[in-house]
Formats: sequence, structure tokens, C-alpha cells
Amino acid sequence: MTTQVADVEHGHENGHGPATGITRWLFTTNHKDIGTMYLIFSLVMLFIGGSMAFVIRAELFQPGLQLVEPAFFNQMITMHGLIMVFGAVMPAFVGLANWMIPMMIGAPDMALPRLNNLSFWILPFAFTMMMSTLFMDGGGPNFGWTFYAPLSTTYAPPSTTFFILAIHMMGASSIMGAINVVVTIVNMRAPGMTYMKMPMFCWTWLITAFLLIAVMPVLAGVVTMMLMDIHFGTSFFDAGGGGDPVLFQHVFWFFGHPEVYIMILPSFGVVSEVIPTFARKKLFGYHSMVYAIVAIAVLSFVVWAHHMFTVGMPLAGEIFFMYTTMLIAVPTGVKIFNWVSTMFRGSMTFETPMLYAIAFVILFTIGGLSGIMLALAPVDFVYHDTYFVVAHFHYVLVPGAIFGIFAAVYYWLPKWSGKMYDESLAKFHFWVSFIGLNLTFFPMHFVGLAGMPRRIPDYPLQFADFNMIVSIGAFMFGTSQLIFVYVLIKTLRSGEKAPQRPWEGAEGLEWTVPSPAPYHTFATPPKVD
Amino acid sequence: MLQNVRILSVLFALFPAIAWSEWEVNMTRGVTDTSAAVFDLHMIVFYICVAISVVVFGVMFWSIYHHRKSKGAESHPFHESTSIEILWTIVPTIILIIILVPATKTLVESYDTSESDMDIQVTGYQWKWRYKYIGQDVDFFSVMTTPSDEIYNKADKNPNYLLEVDNPLVVPINKKIRFLFTSNDVIHAWWVPALALKKDAIPGFINESFTKINKPGIYRGQCAELCGKDHGFMPIVIKAVPEEEYIAWLDERKSLKEKEASASQKDWTMEELMAKGEQVYNKSCSACHQPTGVGLPPVFPALKGSAIALGPMDDHLDIVFNGKSGTGMSGFGEQLSAVDLAAVVTYERNAWGNNVGDILLPADVEKMKGGK
Amino acid sequence: MNVARPLPLVLICVAMFGFGFLLVPLYSVFCEWAGINGKTAGAYQESTTDVKIEDRIVKIQFISNHNANLRWPFKPAEEQVSVKIGERRQVMFVVTNPTNLPVVAQAVPSVSPSEAAPFLHKIECFCFQQQELFAGEKKAMPLVFFIDSDLPEHIKKLTLSYTLFDVTPAVDEKLVQR
Repeated sequence: MTTQVADVEHGHENGHGPATGITRWLFTTNHKDIGTMYLIFSLVMLFIGGSMAFVIRAELFQPGLQLVEPAFFNQMITMHGLIMVFGAVMPAFVGLANWMIPMMIGAPDMALPRLNNLSFWILPFAFTMMMSTLFMDGGGPNFGWTFYAPLSTTYAPPSTTFFILAIHMMGASSIMGAINVVVTIVNMRAPGMTYMKMPMFCWTWLITAFLLIAVMPVLAGVVTMMLMDIHFGTSFFDAGGGGDPVLFQHVFWFFGHPEVYIMILPSFGVVSEVIPTFARKKLFGYHSMVYAIVAIAVLSFVVWAHHMFTVGMPLAGEIFFMYTTMLIAVPTGVKIFNWVSTMFRGSMTFETPMLYAIAFVILFTIGGLSGIMLALAPVDFVYHDTYFVVAHFHYVLVPGAIFGIFAAVYYWLPKWSGKMYDESLAKFHFWVSFIGLNLTFFPMHFVGLAGMPRRIPDYPLQFADFNMIVSIGAFMFGTSQLIFVYVLIKTLRSGEKAPQRPWEGAEGLEWTVPSPAPYHTFATPPKVD
Repeated sequence: MLQNVRILSVLFALFPAIAWSEWEVNMTRGVTDTSAAVFDLHMIVFYICVAISVVVFGVMFWSIYHHRKSKGAESHPFHESTSIEILWTIVPTIILIIILVPATKTLVESYDTSESDMDIQVTGYQWKWRYKYIGQDVDFFSVMTTPSDEIYNKADKNPNYLLEVDNPLVVPINKKIRFLFTSNDVIHAWWVPALALKKDAIPGFINESFTKINKPGIYRGQCAELCGKDHGFMPIVIKAVPEEEYIAWLDERKSLKEKEASASQKDWTMEELMAKGEQVYNKSCSACHQPTGVGLPPVFPALKGSAIALGPMDDHLDIVFNGKSGTGMSGFGEQLSAVDLAAVVTYERNAWGNNVGDILLPADVEKMKGGK
Repeated sequence: MNVARPLPLVLICVAMFGFGFLLVPLYSVFCEWAGINGKTAGAYQESTTDVKIEDRIVKIQFISNHNANLRWPFKPAEEQVSVKIGERRQVMFVVTNPTNLPVVAQAVPSVSPSEAAPFLHKIECFCFQQQELFAGEKKAMPLVFFIDSDLPEHIKKLTLSYTLFDVTPAVDEKLVQR
């Protein structure tokens, strides 16, 4: 696919820039402003969720209970999971989509700008409500981010109702964001920009948006059932009234597994933009990449019960879910091979976005391979609910989602701000993060295999040494994100002026507008051959 | 001096080279045929994964090293090759099939539902396990015995820290055992790594699993499904013994029950009950209500001077026996013997300055326990 | 040019929300059919054809539990019986309400191995209705069942478990709402 811009006239200003003061942010319908707000919100959430991880790792630094009581520890693990998933990763991707999709497809803005404003402004209220439960009588949610019934219904703290409402609000926000993305991509592509010429990031987001539209309502359904069980005397999940607690897990994971891909597909897109740029070579196998994403998305609907191999499924069920899960490895493998081939015989340089993208490929592959191990039902009887699982999903989510986001931020920051970041500081941030991350999550494989269950506030002595290493790694990884904030501030304050196309190998419409991108871009659509 | 020792020991903990040999980095091979099969499967897949990553990362690092711009590498504009893309769709599929064959075999074997030699019902409670030997009239609770002083770092931790219980599950070796799992409250998961056995215990429903232990020994595990506050404190201990030893243990267990029954018919004196009650209290109650009876308000109320401990006997027994729903107070009616219940209630009414002066006889508790 | 309006997408959302709830009946139908969780079907519908009694003998174990809030001693009169395939058998479960309040309870059955669940037919069972016991009342509750001749050959022993759940508060709540 070649995207060449015929019309250079685009990008001229419509005459009115942003409003001033707080109203600019409250009432804005500009995709760039909303994108910025999403990204800042996500950064704040990253630090809040991260500080909870600090509490968890500090308590697990040594055996015995030192800092927090088990009841509070359970609230920390729950909130850490919920905030990272719904507060840090998903809003960051929506922020990137807001900023980049219109600029990548040559559209002036998102298709539904008012909805866009609403879907952002729901989030701060949802999270304020959810976090306020920590200060309520009986504490906040303490049943893990998977909130299995009946621990989350009959045995839950009273604040669970607030948690349910907060989930509803986050779900509504995500659905609105997703509808906006679909409508924008389908309707507002520049003339000549066919689907098969679209940048990979847009493709991955289009699929992600469909996944969101399909599964967020299911999550809303499951929390509604919880609400009814708690307050209206139904018994969806209570065996005493004819319900079944296992049903909860089925419905939850019907949402939960596609959710995992919602958190990784946009990262695939980012990496597919970054690697070709810095290898100065076209993305290898564009078509197979697209088919692979579609295959992953479709398969994600028929694998959910691999999260529940130990609930006592019939043999046929175990075999079915084991096979479908293994099948997902095929399209995922295709993607990894394509990225490696893109690097092969390229002309590579290693700026910070590229470093993050390469780390993404390596570490995500490690996470994917442990995923293959977990997919095997008989061995999963041992792995299930141990630190091996914790290691696995942190390997796919931290280097997967978070590193993908870092790669995107460093890659497009010059376009957003019009200024270059400090390359050596950014590389320092990368290396400290990379080492900290592996120090944190790699030893978790060992303690998990040796038999440490997840979600415990205290552990037997044989796990002590590795847990201490994990905690040190976690402190390092967490603290290194302060460098990221410093890099951001330094860029905005005193970064050098960025050219229109700061990366030699970069292609795509976003590099045809000036840096920083003007408040309104592509008021007249560009023409793509 | 002490300060120096402490600093040194912290440094030692940071560089535990000496302990290296004891670090466990892999799954246990276990002591059953299933666990050995699972271990082998785990290792096969692990090596396949290592091989895949060597190839993929090998190509990648080779390109990173050789095809860098600083070495003058030129970009080659190839970006599609249908044949190679088909190849790397088919090869992984074949590898996956190679993995799935032994995996399916092991899975089917672990579902071998042929008749078992014995059946044990395992019930999860917040936060303890109950074992019932079906058809044997043996039924007991298994509670963690690690003292709170060790958990709160006031005493040195013993080697089995958090992995020790008062009544281990005793089973014979070389017998096919069928476990039936269920739960009394929330979902728990019964997990013993050495048996490669993990199964959820779900309230209202039963799950089954089979095992046959080949080697005598003590095997320890933990609850694997988040089940509330003390999820990390409900270990599992299995003692696998030769069959004769198991039968002897079973007889002893049954006679213990008779002894308990006859003990409850005896006339107990105030002094005897108080002495016994103090033991029971310190084992079962003092973690929350504290050894001095002052509790940890507001969550765990004081018993010293409390309205219940000084009020009518029936209400007092009721709360100890049945617990109080919506609070951390669980019922001890099934877990403690009639003598223990009578003793601990008597103790609570007459210790730490509480001075009701009445006693509860085990025979009265026995009536409540099931009205034989 | 393609035109996508938000409305169809919103409809997909509504449909998926409904689908979440649809999973509930789907799941119970599927469970009953496949015996997942050892769920058993409701009362056996008498058919006009006589059930043939075979020589094959199956052992049935009975176990009893009760949920956290209920303190009723609850036991099967016999822990294990052997029945011929097709033979009707009655067993009793004995329950006592030791408290000084009337309590309503619901028994929830579960069969293991779960693949045997569809072949256990209950003609009469105390689990079909909620059971109310007055303070101190003791009651023997009957279960009449037979095993279907389609039971897979390799199943020689099956376990039927009953868990009693306290449903008193739930009943009260409904009264309050009216």
C-alpha cells in the first residue's frame, strides 16, 4: 500500500483555535484536546494503580505481615487490577485513537465529537466513585478484579454497589468511544484511502472497537445480575435459589477474554507503525497482518473457559477450549514472524520508540509462549491461580500494552507537541524500565512453578528470596516511571523544535501536517492514491 | 552490635548466594503417575518454547546486529511472500498438534473415572478445610496452626510456616482415592502441588478428582482461589502412609470419637473446665479476641465485660456454636467437641474478671450438637 | 462511500446486553443436557412405557452439606445403597432444626461424576420444594429415584450430594417488597 498525498493544501486553519481557560477542556469537541485529556488521565491512573502495586510488593517483600492487614491487601490487589485495566490501559488507547485516527485517515475530527467529550468526562467520575469505596465502611472491593461470585455478592462489602455503578459508567464510556471509532473509520476516510491502504493502527483499532461493542455490554449484564442478586432477591449466582456461581465465571470470561485482546490489539497496531519506520522498510505481510487480527478477534470469543479449567468441566469441554486456545497461537505467531521479517534486511536505527517496539516483540513473545503452556489443560491444573499466571499476564500486558503505549507516545510526541524529547534521557527511561520489568516479572515464573498461589498477603518461607527480588524489581520499575514524567515535562518546556517529519522512515498522513499539529487538520480531505 | 548484626543479616538476605542451591525454580515431579505425566508434559512444552524463542530471537538479533543503519545496511524493499507466509502458518500448526497429542492423552488419563478404593469429601470453609471419610464415620476440620506471633514477626518462623495444620489428611498409599469437593460458603480451590491436583470447591455443587499416591510422605498445599480475608492462611497437609498405618490411624480416630463422647458424659468441675477452656480459647479464639479478652474493637469485640459473656448462658452458647452472620465470628459447633465448647464458654464467663460463676456442662452441649 | 450510522452499533450493544442475560437460561439448558456441575433435571415425567429393570448394579452414595448460615443437622439415613438399573428406590434424609425459630431451607442437588447426572431420575424429592421446619422440629424427607439404563457402562459408583441453603431471609425480603 502506498499513501501518497496529492493535495498539499490540507491542514489550513479554519480561523478559530482553542477556547481559553478551563472551558476549553470541559466543553471541547476537538479530537486532539480529548486525546490529550485521555492520555493525561491514563497517566494519573497509571501512577495510582502503580502505587497500589507498591503497597502489594512492599507487603510481599518479606514473609510475615508487616505493613497491611490481609483485608486491605485484598482491596489493593482488586483496585490495582481494575485501575490498570480500565483506568490506565484502555483510556490510553482511546486517547491514542482520538489523536491519531483522524490524522491517519485524513479526517478533520472524530465523527461524533460531542459523544467523544461525554465518553471522556464520564471516566473521572467513575473512577472517583470507585476509589472512594476504599474509605467506606467495610472497605472497597476485595474480591479480585475478576470478582467471582459469591465472594462478590453474598460475601461482599456494602460498597460493592458503588463498584457496580462505576463499572457501568466505565463500560458506557468505552462503548461510546468504540462506536465513535467505528463510525469515524468507516465514514471519514480520505478519498482514495481504501480499507487495505489504512495504517495498521487504524485496522487494529477498528477490530478492537468491534470487540468493545460486543463484550462491554456483556460485562454490564454480569454486574447488573450481581446488583440484582445483592439488592433485589434474585439468585443468578446463588445455588440456594437455583442459580450457579460457575455461571458467573462463564459470563465474566465471555467478556474477559476478548477484553484481553482489547488491551493488546492497539499495541499491535502501534508496533506495526513503529518497526517499519525505524527499519526504513515497509511492513512485511500487510494483508496477513490484517487477517491475523481478524482471526484473533473471532477466536477470542470461543476460548473463554480456558480461564476456568479447574471448575470441573466435562472432558469434552476441556478439550474444546484447549484446542481453540492453542489455535490462537497461529495468527499471533504470524504477527511476530511478520515483525521480525520487517526488521530483516532493513536499515535499522534504534531511537526510543524502536527500543520499546523491539522490547515489545521480545517480551510479548515470552508471554505468548507461557500462554501456550497455560493453554494445556492438564498442566494448567498445576499452573492455575499461581504466580506463573501472574507472570504470564504481566508479561503480555506490561511489555504488551504499556510498552506499546510508551512506543506510541515517544513516536508521536514530536507531532503532538512540536518538540523533540531528550533522546538520551528517554533511552535511560527505557533501560531502567526494561531491567526493572524483567526483574519484577521473570522470577514470578519460578515462584509460581514452585507452588506459590496468587493473591496471598503472606507466603511460606521457600518463596522468600524470589519475592524479595520481585519487590526490588517492582520498586525499580515503578520509580523509573518518574523519569518518564520528567522527560515529558522537559520536552514541553525546553524541547528542541521538531520538524514536520522527525523520523526518516516514517510514512503516513500524520507526517504531512506541521508539527505541532494545528488545532484543526484536514479541513479539506487529502487525496490518497 | 545488635544493629550491625541486623544490617548484616539484611545484606545477607539480599545476596543469598548460600541459599541458591535450595531455590526452587521448577514444578515438582510429584508423587503420583498423573503428576509425573504432567511434569513431563510441562518440560516437553517448555523445551519446545525455548526452541521457538531461540529461532525467532536468533533471527531478530541477527538482523538487529547486521542490518543496522550505522553499519551501512541498505533497506531491501521486499514486503510480501505468500509462500513463506503460508509456511509459517503451517509449521506452527504442526508444532501445536505435536504438543496437543500428549496433552490430550494426559488429560484423558486424569479423567479416569473407574471405581475408586475410597472416597473423601473435602469441604472448604472460610478459612479451613473439612475432611469426611465417606462410609467411615470419620469427619474432622483441618485448621492452620501457625501462631500469630510468627505471622506478625514477633517470633521466629518455623520451616513449615503457613503450611502446618492441626489435623492433616491421612491417606493410604497405592490406593485410588476419589475426592469430592464442595464448599460451605464461597469458592475455594484445593491444591496440592505434589499430586498435580487442583480443583475448585463450589458451594452447592460437587466436583470430583482422583489420585493415587505412590510414595509415603507429607505433602503440603494451599487454597488457590481467592476466598476472602484469610485466603492465604488455609493450608492443606496430606500424610500418605502405608495401608496398615492408615487403618491403625482410622481406628484411633474412631476411638477418639468414643472417648470424646464418654468425656462429655463425665461430671466436670469448674476447675477442670477452666483449665481446658483456657487451652481451647488460646487455640481457637485468642487470635481475634486476644489472650486477655479485650479484643480488637471495633472489628473484634472485647469479651471481657461483654453483654454476651455476662448474659444468659443460652445466648452465649448460641453465638459460639452458630457464629454471628455478617461478622467475622464463625460458628464452632461443628469444629469443636462438646467438651471444648463447654469449657471455652465456661472460661469466657469466668476469666479476666468476668465473674458469672456458672458452668456449662459438656452433656448439655451434646444435646445441642444433634440431639442424640 | 460507506455510510455507517451509530444506531446499528447501539443496537448491537443492546443486543449483546440481552445476550448476557440470555446466557443464563442457555447455560442451565446446556448444563442439564450435559450434566455440567452435576445438575439434575426436575421431577421425572412418568412415561407410559415401563422402565425395564436390568441386572447391572450401581452404587449410589449420598452426602449432605449445608451452607454457612444454616446449622441444621442433616444426614442421609443410609450413606450408600446398591441399586439395579431401573429399580425404584426410596431413601430418607433426616433433618433437624435445632434453633428456636422457624427456618425455610432449599436443598440443592449435585451429582458426581457429572456425566451421570442426566441418567439419575428423581420421581419424588424433597428438593423439589422449599422445606420449612418449626423450632426444634425433626423430619425425615424422602427421595425416590431410579437409574436410567442409558447410564454409561464405566460408571459403577455415583455420588448424590444435597446442600441445604437457608432461604428464610430471601423469602422475607420478597414479603417486604410487596
